Amino acid sequence: MATIASLDQRTRPARTGRLRVLAIASGGGHWVQLLRLRPALAECDVTYVSVDKCYRSEISPAKFRVVNDATRRNKIGLVLLAIRVAWILARVRPDTIVTTGAAPGYFAVRLGKLFGMKTIWIDSIANVERLSLSGKQVEPYADLWLTQWSHLAGVGGPRYAGAML
Amino acid sequence: MIFVTVGSQMPFDRLIRTVDDWAGRRQAPRLFAQIAGGDYVPRHMQWQRFISPAEYRRRIFESELIIAHAGMGTVLTALEFSRPLLVMPRRGGFGETRNDHQVATAARLAEAGYASVAMNEDELIGQLASLDQVAVSSAIASHASVELLSAVRDFISGDAQPSRDSGVQSHPFPAVGEELAHAKAA
Repeated sequence: MATIASLDQRTRPARTGRLRVLAIASGGGHWVQLLRLRPALAECDVTYVSVDKCYRSEISPAKFRVVNDATRRNKIGLVLLAIRVAWILARVRPDTIVTTGAAPGYFAVRLGKLFGMKTIWIDSIANVERLSLSGKQVEPYADLWLTQWSHLAGVGGPRYAGAML
Repeated sequence: MIFVTVGSQMPFDRLIRTVDDWAGRRQAPRLFAQIAGGDYVPRHMQWQRFISPAEYRRRIFESELIIAHAGMGTVLTALEFSRPLLVMPRRGGFGETRNDHQVATAARLAEAGYASVAMNEDELIGQLASLDQVAVSSAIASHASVELLSAVRDFISGDAQPSRDSGVQSHPFPAVGEELAHAKAA
């Protein structure tokens, strides 16, 4: 399968000279945590992705796209979400993907890795006692794999590099 | 005004019912509840099922007290505006969320002095009876820790560091005020 990176240069979005970042999260606390990373993305050309069109007003005038949310119990929803995320990755062509979970971020990291993009997974601060299930499963695809709890970091586990607080 | 909220994801009738009963029993201050898809409909509070993110932030900003589930979206926003926060964690066993992760979150929040915590309805009623003792914390910054921001920024710009393992040992809930010191140092 041809990777996105190998596709015709003419189909790539215009270069603005800044690094392109896709910042993606599901709703509620995941989204609130993603927004707390904004200072780290200030120099980048950022496209935000989440599950509720209401969130657009919070990051305006930055670019924003909506995906459906889905849980493990909703297989059709998961397939639709994966397709939608793949489409957005193909259109936006980010250099780096950063996510705070859950399902939308999982697919973005998995597919982004396949497409040759750099990937960052930051497990939600709500996961105090153990990593989230998606956080565990995303490990082989996350170039930077972070927990927000130092006691969950360690050899063979995610790295701890600070938290949302 | 007291803002009672269960977040946008799932209902939490146990919280809403307990606060509503309390509001009905006494001369409670004005309350507004955001109840999501709950079956229990408040009788003594104004309520809505869902509100927009902008209204959510405004209501937190305008409230003297936030009573909520232990969801980090609510917690981070309340702390950002330095509003007193009383949380009761959802329980996995009651089908209020998938597991007991909010119990662990609530315990850490209490330990770090960020929120007052009621582990069940009885504790919540007790906390409501002595409202003036609900912890007021200093405001946190509107962004993640400087350390995390640097890690993300450096990785994006190509200064990638290995992703596995860490020798760093520090507490994700720093003592109140430490965060501001971090921000100033940056």
